[in-house]
Amino acid sequence: MAAASSISVAFVGSGGAGVLTSGRLLLEAACAAGWHGLFTRCVGPQIRGGEAAALVRVAIDPIECHGDRFDLLVGVDWLNAHRFETEIPLGPGSVVISDPQAGDPPAIVAASGARVIELRLKELTTANPAWRGNMIALGAAVKLLRLDQDELADLIEKRFREKGPAVVAASLAAAHAGIAAVANDELDLELARPRATAARRWLITGNEAVGLGAIRGGIRFAAAYPITPASEVLEWLAPNLTRVGGSLVQAEDELASINMIIGGSYGGAPSLTATSGPGLSLMIEALGLATAAEVPIVIVNVMRGGPSTGIPTKSEQADLNIAVYGVHGDAPHIVVAPQSIPDCLLATQWAVHLAESLQAPAILLSDQFLGQALAAIPRPADVSFIGQRQKATTVVAPYRRYALTADGVSPMAMPGLSGGQYTAESLTHTERGLPSTSASDHHAQLDKRRDKLERFAYGDLWATIEGQGTLAIMVWGSLTGAAREAVAQLASAGHAVRLIAPRLLSPARPQEMAAALDGVQRLLVVEQSHGAQFYRYLRAHYSLPDNTSVLHHPGPLPIRPGEICRELLAGLTR
Amino acid sequence: MNANTVPACRAADYRSEVKPIWCPGCGDYHVLMAFTRAFVALGVRPEQVAVVSGIGCSSRIPAYTNCYGFHGVHGRALAVATGLKIVRPDLTVVVASGDGDGYSIGGNHFLHACRRNVDLTYVVMDNHIYGMTKGQPSPTTEPDFDTALTPGGTGLRPFHPLVIALASGANFVARAFSGNPAETAAIIVEAIRHPGFSFVEVLSPCVTYRPDQRAWKDRVHRAPVDATDDAARAARRVMTDDGFNLGVLYRGSRPAYAPRHDTAVTDSAELEREFEL
Amino acid sequence: MSSTIDAPRASSLADLYAIAYQIEVDAVERYAMLADQMEMHNNPALVDIFRDLARAEAIHRDEICRMAGDFDVAAHARQTACWRIGESPESANLGAADYRMSPHHALQMALAAEQRALGFFRGLLADARDPDVKRLATELVGEEAGHVALCLRLLQRYPPPGGGRVAEDPDPPASQD
Repeated sequence: MAAASSISVAFVGSGGAGVLTSGRLLLEAACAAGWHGLFTRCVGPQIRGGEAAALVRVAIDPIECHGDRFDLLVGVDWLNAHRFETEIPLGPGSVVISDPQAGDPPAIVAASGARVIELRLKELTTANPAWRGNMIALGAAVKLLRLDQDELADLIEKRFREKGPAVVAASLAAAHAGIAAVANDELDLELARPRATAARRWLITGNEAVGLGAIRGGIRFAAAYPITPASEVLEWLAPNLTRVGGSLVQAEDELASINMIIGGSYGGAPSLTATSGPGLSLMIEALGLATAAEVPIVIVNVMRGGPSTGIPTKSEQADLNIAVYGVHGDAPHIVVAPQSIPDCLLATQWAVHLAESLQAPAILLSDQFLGQALAAIPRPADVSFIGQRQKATTVVAPYRRYALTADGVSPMAMPGLSGGQYTAESLTHTERGLPSTSASDHHAQLDKRRDKLERFAYGDLWATIEGQGTLAIMVWGSLTGAAREAVAQLASAGHAVRLIAPRLLSPARPQEMAAALDGVQRLLVVEQSHGAQFYRYLRAHYSLPDNTSVLHHPGPLPIRPGEICRELLAGLTR
Repeated sequence: MNANTVPACRAADYRSEVKPIWCPGCGDYHVLMAFTRAFVALGVRPEQVAVVSGIGCSSRIPAYTNCYGFHGVHGRALAVATGLKIVRPDLTVVVASGDGDGYSIGGNHFLHACRRNVDLTYVVMDNHIYGMTKGQPSPTTEPDFDTALTPGGTGLRPFHPLVIALASGANFVARAFSGNPAETAAIIVEAIRHPGFSFVEVLSPCVTYRPDQRAWKDRVHRAPVDATDDAARAARRVMTDDGFNLGVLYRGSRPAYAPRHDTAVTDSAELEREFEL
Repeated sequence: MSSTIDAPRASSLADLYAIAYQIEVDAVERYAMLADQMEMHNNPALVDIFRDLARAEAIHRDEICRMAGDFDVAAHARQTACWRIGESPESANLGAADYRMSPHHALQMALAAEQRALGFFRGLLADARDPDVKRLATELVGEEAGHVALCLRLLQRYPPPGGGRVAEDPDPPASQD
């Protein structure tokens, strides 16, 4: 049997079957034994009792995306499971566990050629009413992946301790029944043993990593309105901000959220809000205010399917246009996109640093995939950025809040500083901040706000650039992981491929991009948007090789590594 | 320099050198005077005061003061002020608005600012008209007032800001008239001193689009009864008065909003523990 | 709402100095504001008139300080000379201003203010018991009477414009924010 560096498992079920718990426990069991892994979820539209799928990938190295196909699909039941069939690709080597009493598996199971193992869940739970089908399913998956059964017992004990010994005992018995039920079955692949390492690891979601990055970056005030899939950023920040002397306010709407953080930042506290597409749309006017009044703020936008209410629970990369171009008037601001779950921490911290250093708003473009995925990651290194908000400490009268300076950044007086009084102004203004309708003031301040962003030394963090070669993949945000895995697959097939993933989307960096693309003859742009927003953005700001094509489709389907490989190579022979 | 050696400020010390663009005769000049007189009476230094506003004639006031100012976007002044006061409780934060900015586009924030009860003073200069955009009706305009945008009038019932403030939980509610800057100043002083969210509606005539309001000076009168601490009674009074009763109408005793702080951790590394495998 | 309600009382010479001083301070502030308003609204003739009036009141204010000698009249004014309701009597009525006012209208505003001040000090004189207060009140009444006479003389020089009304503006108001 071949040793695989990763194995993908999906649990599906409905009506409170508990498959999300199975998925999470499977990941935790694997991670406790030294593997890495990733857990994401797909849910139906119901708040309770809906159909759900838990997608787990266990691997010997940190991973950033789901694979090309699932090796094991466990159906606790098949009610409405067809909703997920496009998100759980199977192949002839896949194994499907199915209860003959729980309905027929979706048509795609038979079409894929997957091997079906019967598991009489309903019979077992009828005979043992305290047993839960999801625990039996978990036991079966643990056995087929050859994970440590003692580790699983510890996790079950920990997870259900609060519910009392009877629940723990029943859960353990159910898991063992699952293990026993597939005692004679095997997958086609065997998961390679985890690498021995002493490195500390975290189990964290992207939304939690954003929250931690915000506090590490110095954020001490947040105001926000609940929205899927960004609420977990706020729910993590709410208790933790109070622990570092800050606070979070639940605002009445997103118009209030962004204006509250503008007020907080004007008062001197680095401030942040988190939202998703509909909320970002409401915030756009005040984003222009923060740009014009030069008040640093950070807006975390966890992208979901759009437009309008769209698909709140699923991922898409279609807010690039609004993030980069959404503001009326010429309003240069910062747009940063994290490329992985650990990068959610780093990119958020960097976004805070950029906003504060440049006295400009920064949008962090995360997405539902990164935000709600749970992954085991090596503990990220501690990073500290040098340079913070320039504050006026002494004032030469009259104080010029918007003074034209060499780098475009003007020292900001904090309320309380005598002689520093000024009015932060949304109207076109003079260097002193007084309203003006003159062309010269308008032009001078537009230039100032553009120049401060363009002249800043962003350093290597502006983009991830990996590998050499005349072939390149250009990607952004959460698809970076899939692209990196595609590069690895192509390398093992003998193709050297460069990976270019700008973390800084605005302002554009034409010189740095030209260097990154130097020597590239064939470029594939990869993005998860219907309108090829990223490709058009690149065309607007950068010179791309003649042989450039774009692989793009909208969410909620992920773009998988194999699809990227095929598309890149197809472009070579066209 | 300790507090004893800082000379007391005069009204002029709270004025910037910027000359207002308001029409001569506008009530807002008097409100500006009332602001500066109130700050003198409070003895608060100009740099310890923040005046926050949105958009409209009234919202031009921050730049005319020598305080810290914020002239933001339309309708959002209360939100900006809320964020500012929460992070800087040491400042005196006064919010200036008008009937369009505060009651129409910013109406939702008004409700929630009353509920939230952050220690702010909200001064709304009400002239029942949009001045900056050439005389369209606001939420307080009379239903039969004819305008280019609403020929023959809106036919809509005017909004009752004082009742809404009371119903939403404002902790201090008063009505003033700009033409009495001394009394307006005294009310603003009390509003600033009162904990929590204080709402001061100032009748402030628009001489350009509402020249009829020059007659307000003859219609206003002091409220015949003292302020109450019973919001229901205050609401009944203002629902049934003639709209020209001046003075403090309600003083509540709800504690002002205060953000919760846990035991502070000194090292953000402590926050990471929950993620460790 | 009358300006005499809640008016401060002059029970001592110090009080009267403070009241007189505060009245002039307020008058200066109002005339300066009106001058600024007229400057912003491009009515230069009125800028001059209101600046002159502000200057004249400032001289009067300083004169009161001089007469008070070592006594810190400004400090005492902050304590005692405040009108809690209504305005001090010599304050021009900002609410009556109009950007198209003629010099005649401006002088009418000033006359009204001076007449209020004259009436106020006459009232104080009538109530005064202390001989020092009486003497100063008499002086102030004379001063204000002189201002009233000056306004009346100037009004002769600036007769009312045609129709006696503020001029029409043929243009509509401008749209701003």
